[in-house]
Amino acid sequence: MNVLVCVKRVPQTGGRIVLTADGQAIDTKFLGFTISPHEECGVEEAVRIVEAHGGSSAVLTLGPVAAEDQLRDAMALGIERAVLLETDGSEWDPVSTATAIADAVRAQEAADGGFDLIVFGNESADSGGYQVGIRVAVALGRPVVTGLKGLEVGDERITARREAPGGGWETYELPLPAVVGVKEGINLPRYPSVPGRLRAKKKEVERIPVGAASGGPAAAAGAALGPLMVVLRLPEEQASEAEIIGRGAEAAPAVVDLLEKIGVLDA
Amino acid sequence: MSGPIAVFVEHAAGEVDRVSLETLAFARGLATDLGGAPVEALLIGGDAASFASTLGGHGVSTANIVDDPAIAAAYAPAAWGASLASLAAARGASALLAPGSDRGAEVLAHAAARLGLPLAANVVSVTPGDPWRLTRQRWAGSLLEDATLDAPIRLLSVAPHAVAVDVRAGSPAAAVATFAPVVSASDLVVRVTGHEAPARGEVSLSDAKVVVGGGRGVGSAAAFSELEELADLLGGAIGVSRVVTSNGWRPHTQQVGQTGQRIAPDLYIACGISGAIQHIVGCKAAKRILAINTDPESPIMSIADYAVIGDLHAVVPAISAEVRRRRG
Repeated sequence: MNVLVCVKRVPQTGGRIVLTADGQAIDTKFLGFTISPHEECGVEEAVRIVEAHGGSSAVLTLGPVAAEDQLRDAMALGIERAVLLETDGSEWDPVSTATAIADAVRAQEAADGGFDLIVFGNESADSGGYQVGIRVAVALGRPVVTGLKGLEVGDERITARREAPGGGWETYELPLPAVVGVKEGINLPRYPSVPGRLRAKKKEVERIPVGAASGGPAAAAGAALGPLMVVLRLPEEQASEAEIIGRGAEAAPAVVDLLEKIGVLDA
Repeated sequence: MSGPIAVFVEHAAGEVDRVSLETLAFARGLATDLGGAPVEALLIGGDAASFASTLGGHGVSTANIVDDPAIAAAYAPAAWGASLASLAAARGASALLAPGSDRGAEVLAHAAARLGLPLAANVVSVTPGDPWRLTRQRWAGSLLEDATLDAPIRLLSVAPHAVAVDVRAGSPAAAVATFAPVVSASDLVVRVTGHEAPARGEVSLSDAKVVVGGGRGVGSAAAFSELEELADLLGGAIGVSRVVTSNGWRPHTQQVGQTGQRIAPDLYIACGISGAIQHIVGCKAAKRILAINTDPESPIMSIADYAVIGDLHAVVPAISAEVRRRRG
């Protein structure tokens, strides 16, 4: 099984989002970056598939040079090689992103042989467009299913499992080669080992400039179809201050009074 | 006048799903802004014929039903997306809408890929014009993006609970028509081939009236017994923050947040949860939130209605004991 996992570098938000003064981005001065959560599980799934079935694994991202950090994080967990579709750091719309990834997959496959499985996260944590994996699959003419929380790999097909609307689970069977979108919960990603980190540090990342960073006509990405972001803003929150009903164990009677008042005690 | 607004409508067991009804309400508002464009629904599955005309109350002029069993017998993302794209082309639609549910998002993305058109996901409001202006959710709603969209057909998924269901008595019934979409054999390769019923006996997190939530402050898998005791006493369910599942203390099915479940219980008791954005987007729809935390400055306090300042390992067992004492 040759598996490619596609990831996105996103800011690691904590308790509060702060925007830049021009409202064009999250202020990341005090934030780290991470692989978007669903995709962290995609990386783990790719590593497990190759551990169990043999073959090779690769990770790909589209982003600025700094996204090499996330590619190395993936390699520290066991992914063998990495490809960076290097942008100038500007925000890419989903259509341009999918087009660039599909082109890169075709080029990689022409050089190194086909991928049996391409793994995406269900949606990115930051922009949440819910479409790049499906667009890539349609461009490549491969079957795709998203929202997966279970995956079993056979010789020529995979069995995929996801939550059904209204409860329970539904299963799908896909012939290979295929594309999947996975959700957090499909597995519990391992922590990188120290030797894993050291190995990842020394590995080469294949850098392929795209869009404006390619020096070619900006039209490659400039024909962006949108949606085109104008400005970001924080939703209006109802100003609320928690009423402190007590401290420590002595608060228990006041808490149970509250449970009674709101009618959840008669269960 | 603008071409119709086509809306993908999900239904099961003779009932239209709530987020789809919200999407129809969103479509009705957009139709008015477009000078009275008709709203056409797409429903897949022959049983939709039994209730499709009632969608008139939700502003639908025509309900198009795909009843070809090859497409309708089981959910098939690509074929359903192709059906929606096919309807848009057949009707000269000005906009194509779907609910921001798992299936709605997936079907609309397939339609977008086939039509070669952009798609804006989780939209909360839209103003037609040149170009259309819209607001959509990022980070599961903890951030909003104002954007423009310029395309011959505008594809939008509508964020759950962005607008209220709008049903009007006395509206004309929707016309019901059978629609035969253009779908190829390759679109039917991926389809649901099996179902597993939900596990019995467990209080489901999405239906629970009380959810007892645990975060990093719980400290270990074993210490969750304190929260389980309280949840059992209140007939509630356990919910957890992401760090808890990352540490392997509890299963991911109990995770509340951006990458887990969105819950809306009558009461959410957040124990030892600091309130990272990832968690808050999953629990802020709770009617009331009681936070139990040693830190009165933690972010959870800004969305909590009530708070107990203290160590959950002392407070939670004391609450359980008090509940028992009162029940005798």
